[in-house]
Amino acid sequence: MSTETLTPDSTSTTSWWGGLSRRRRTMVLSLAALLVLSIVRIITGADDITSSGTVSSTLRVATPILLAGLAGLWAERVGIVNIGIEGMMIVGSWLGGWAAYQWGSWPAIAIAMCGGALVGLIHAVATVRFNVDHVVSGIAINVLAAGSTEYLSIIAFKGKKGAGESQSPTGKGGYGEFDMPFLTGGRIGSWRSPDILGWIERQHSIPLIPDIAGFLRGLTSDVYLPTVLALAFIPFTMWLLWRTRFGLRMRASGESPAAGESLGVHINRLRYQAMAVSGALAAFGGAYLSCVFTSTYRQGQTGGQGYIGLATTIFGNWTPLGVFRGALLFGFPTALKYRDDQNVPALFLVGAVILLLVAVTLVRRRQFSTGSAALVTAAVAVWIYAAVAEVPETLVTATPYVVTLLVLAGARQQLRPPAHAGQPYRPGENH
Amino acid sequence: MKKDRLQRMLVTSASSVLAVVVALVICAVLLKVTGKDPIKAYSTLFGAASEGKVLQDALNRATPLFISAAAVAIGFKMNLFNIGVEGQMRVALLSTAVVGGLVELPAPLHVLFCLVVAMVSGAAWAGIAGYLKVRRGVNEVISTIMLNFVALALVAWSFDVFFREETDSASLLVKTKELPTSAWFPDFVDRRLNGMLVVALLVLVFFYVLVWKTKFGFRLRASGGNPGAARVTGVNPMRMVAISMLLSGALAGLVGMRALLGDVHAYQNGLAEQQGFNGIAVALLGRNHPVGILFSGLLFGFLSAASGKLQLEEIPKEIVTIMQGIIVFAVVIINGAVKRWDERRIQRRAAAELERRAVEVAAA
Amino acid sequence: MSENTAVDAVVLEGIGKTFPGVRANYDIDLRVRSGTIHAIVGENGAGKSTLMKTLYGMHQPDEGTITVEGRQLVMSSPTEAIAAGIGMVHQHFMLADNLTVLENVILGAEPVGRRGVLKLGEARERLHTLMASLGVHFDLDAPVSSLGIGQRQRVEILKVLYRGARILILDEPTAVLVPQEVDELFVNLQRLVAEGATVIFISHKLDEVLAVSDEITIIRQGTTVATVTPAEVDRRALGQLMVGSELPDPSGRESAIGDEVVLEITGLDVAGHAPGSKLALEAISFAVRAGEIVGIAGVEGNGQLEICEAILGLVAAQRGSIHLEGRDVTNAETRDRLALGLSYIPFDRHREGLLLEAPLWENTFLGREEDPSMTSGPFTVRRRMEADSRTVIERFGVRTPSEQVPAFALSGGNQQKLIVGREMASNPKVLLAAHPTRGVDIGAQAAIWEELRRARDNGLGVLLISADLEELIGLSDTILVAFDGRITAHLDPETATPELLGSFMTGEMQETH
Repeated sequence: MSTETLTPDSTSTTSWWGGLSRRRRTMVLSLAALLVLSIVRIITGADDITSSGTVSSTLRVATPILLAGLAGLWAERVGIVNIGIEGMMIVGSWLGGWAAYQWGSWPAIAIAMCGGALVGLIHAVATVRFNVDHVVSGIAINVLAAGSTEYLSIIAFKGKKGAGESQSPTGKGGYGEFDMPFLTGGRIGSWRSPDILGWIERQHSIPLIPDIAGFLRGLTSDVYLPTVLALAFIPFTMWLLWRTRFGLRMRASGESPAAGESLGVHINRLRYQAMAVSGALAAFGGAYLSCVFTSTYRQGQTGGQGYIGLATTIFGNWTPLGVFRGALLFGFPTALKYRDDQNVPALFLVGAVILLLVAVTLVRRRQFSTGSAALVTAAVAVWIYAAVAEVPETLVTATPYVVTLLVLAGARQQLRPPAHAGQPYRPGENH
Repeated sequence: MKKDRLQRMLVTSASSVLAVVVALVICAVLLKVTGKDPIKAYSTLFGAASEGKVLQDALNRATPLFISAAAVAIGFKMNLFNIGVEGQMRVALLSTAVVGGLVELPAPLHVLFCLVVAMVSGAAWAGIAGYLKVRRGVNEVISTIMLNFVALALVAWSFDVFFREETDSASLLVKTKELPTSAWFPDFVDRRLNGMLVVALLVLVFFYVLVWKTKFGFRLRASGGNPGAARVTGVNPMRMVAISMLLSGALAGLVGMRALLGDVHAYQNGLAEQQGFNGIAVALLGRNHPVGILFSGLLFGFLSAASGKLQLEEIPKEIVTIMQGIIVFAVVIINGAVKRWDERRIQRRAAAELERRAVEVAAA
Repeated sequence: MSENTAVDAVVLEGIGKTFPGVRANYDIDLRVRSGTIHAIVGENGAGKSTLMKTLYGMHQPDEGTITVEGRQLVMSSPTEAIAAGIGMVHQHFMLADNLTVLENVILGAEPVGRRGVLKLGEARERLHTLMASLGVHFDLDAPVSSLGIGQRQRVEILKVLYRGARILILDEPTAVLVPQEVDELFVNLQRLVAEGATVIFISHKLDEVLAVSDEITIIRQGTTVATVTPAEVDRRALGQLMVGSELPDPSGRESAIGDEVVLEITGLDVAGHAPGSKLALEAISFAVRAGEIVGIAGVEGNGQLEICEAILGLVAAQRGSIHLEGRDVTNAETRDRLALGLSYIPFDRHREGLLLEAPLWENTFLGREEDPSMTSGPFTVRRRMEADSRTVIERFGVRTPSEQVPAFALSGGNQQKLIVGREMASNPKVLLAAHPTRGVDIGAQAAIWEELRRARDNGLGVLLISADLEELIGLSDTILVAFDGRITAHLDPETATPELLGSFMTGEMQETH
């Protein structure tokens, strides 16, 4: 169901590529990407690009974005555009911060998700029952969420120890992190097992192998349980959407509610249910920020990640795996920055190589104008790499947005949104 | 027929009034639940209306809201959501602060020059979203939101790196060459009310005349109402989208001018923050019509100005933000609920009227 | 009937349904015998669709009873109708384009195991059996968007059979089909009936109804007026029952065709939609003279839309030329072409013809923004727009209390009259009329035909595109057939029969030059 943005469409020029199954293509592309990263790492000496620390950091940075993206997916698959993801994240982060210092970590997440589900339902009622325009409702929710949490912070946090008007006290209790035994030095009982992957990773002069090791180690060490829970939603959503009755009806609601209704499907009920899940997922993402990523709620913590999440929904072509890819892609530059400032310019070189490959593919497909644009951008990227020692933080924060715009502008043909998303539908008025 | 029009106007404004009432009620409940006295809050808030200073402040705050709401509303007329007003405003602010300081012109011309620069920069930034939509089919909701963040980052960075002027004091100000004559002459003797208010009102008038009284405005509304029908009569929908976005962006550029030209006279971080974004709420409450925007802008401006008084009573002024948020949400819900009822009512009345006439003719 | 006649499939007694402002059905009495094909006939707006929706549970009647196979039922949703063995194939297909055939068919009746997991294997097996019995075959995993219209209709029938429907309701099934496809459909239906199903189908195409049904019920102005068998009536009598008077006749002309050529297309090529696909129009050449009506027949999607759009200037001509009143407009802007005296009644009045929320006086202004009588420089003059609108409304008999009413408040027929009036109001020289009487009641249809004839007699040149073969044959002076982006026939209406037209329309026959 997912479409690679770099996959040539039906008439492919290279026969071996066209003959590959989608899974094989993904594997080839991933390996190719790692190879590029590896080569750039060796050239620039920016070891952190593929270090396990970066990878696990990327995972942590990406998780809220992933959850926001899944929230967008759940909503749009039933035909509702959810611009209010940001607001739902804010609510989730506030509730998480507020509950964490009183009752502990897991209750905080649960309470946050309940709050998010409620906000999701409000959006559903406004759009389904009252036919409010989806974007308008979403924006109104964002405004309300921001304002309410500001007010409630003052009421709830002012005067408490370690807190202030816009910050909650520190949450108590951790979540249990673990490292995998043997591979990454996890514990078995009280014995620390050897860290095999870690050793491989440190052999910097070899291409590709240490990078793969770093990649794998990053996925299996320092893992927080909430992260695992969030990741579990990916296969769950995939299974649900394509293998269950509920999922089929959900997709029908987003593609052709008239068809569904004529066959007795309760479109509106489905939409309420899906929006509740959407809100809960977004709130989970917010709570992740205030409970796992950091341990306090801070005003402005979400910083637009709700919108980035929506961008990953589109970038991921409305599939869970696509959303995950997008979240990783968008999270990577930020994670790298946290690790070590010096490494970020190397990303421009990576970008340049990718753009070069894209340009070649485009030229082969005779799309000369876009191809030459890609080529020029690649050259600029190389120049930036050479000229810049450090990329200022403000510009790094803008990366996800710029990347989103580029992807949206460039990949229009491959994107296939649910046909009826965002359009008003009133039961009983088919065609 | 006049009665019809009056009736429709009443229905439209009734929903906005009702929304305000609903918001007041909900906020009262919220206040009570969090241990504050709603009566005290409201009496303080609305009691402030008797103070001249507060009213002047309200008008000053309303000024950028009028312009910003007009920018959003023009977009809405073409079914475009220009959420990027905030970013366009910000780009225009920095550009005007920098470019405006580069020239030397006599007073009224200098101000005019600054306004033009602001409009051009705002239009240019909006033009990116317009280009993406026309050429690449990118939905303007997403692109303008993205561009907002990019603008924020870009402006902050370039201000920091290129245009910042160090002064001895702690605050960082771009040194400005704005001559004192470029600040508008205030209306009241004590220099409290800024002349940009006149510009804002002119913008509203321009908005009204352009959209409802010109051929171009007709085509704009036709394009927004039914792009297929407009296309068939020779209106190029993509051209309309581009023009709309540019117009909207140009107006967005003006939003920050009161703060820049009338208040601070230089760019600094956080200048005119949220003024662009708040215009969306005002446009929604004002139903995208200049008269509605006028009243909504005044209301929001007043609430904003009076909210400071609440601090004295130990009530967090953020309750006003919540109030504004609920007003917006309530108004769109009420409109949605009323719309269907209203349409059916019109259909019924039309059918009834025809029946009545048929009977009359038969009787005659 | 003999003793072992099965219980009647469906009996409706005293059914009534009212919507705000309109009484759609009242005093409906209908008896459908099992194992028959029963047609329900009535003109546009008579209330047939409303009745069928009631029978299918999409809304509840305000009065009356429904009895299905002997049991009186109240059906509050399509699910209950489906459970009662009723299946409906809608006029406008209810298919989700991006979902596969299999998914579309099983939606709402999915075979599931534990926890709601789909049992797709089971569904596939059942569908293979059904497809065999209907005599069709599909790739079940293909998205519906890849299917043609006839195929989609068969998917809709499969949907209904999959749910075990014994009573099939088809709403205007032949509206989108060509005569040969109609025959195929009827063969399918007779096969189903032979296996014990009952078919109710709604139509306003009298010839088809007479050809295939066992019994016919006529609905007029919301109520049933008669039930007859094809043996008892002929087309004329049926038409009279349907309308209550003589059916209007499009034919008849008073003046001769002029000499002046008002529209001339020569060797027109228009590119296909996707890059690299074949031409949408190829080597189109024809001319329309003053006082002449040239009709274009064809199955929808064979280039008629592109011809109109090319003449209007909405798509570019890759090759060839277009002349309006002798002037070369091949590269002219749409607005300039309209200003030269070109008018257009669009294919879809809602999507291309009206601003539904706007008042009528703005709707009559649409496309006429350059008219100096209603504008003053760049400004519009409301008073004059309103006055002009009143003129149009009165002249074309649009039934509305005033010009202030928004367009959505008008009935379909009156909306169409308004559009026709608007397009004629600028006194055009050339009129492109696409389906000018589609979805319009008989009274409005007669009025629009009258207007077209009158204008033609005054020298208007008309390019008429229509799926109503009777309209085409009656009104046109010459009939062209569009097939696959080319003009494949020039026919004389005097000698053209629907069968002949049908053969050209399906590409079975093509003229060679």
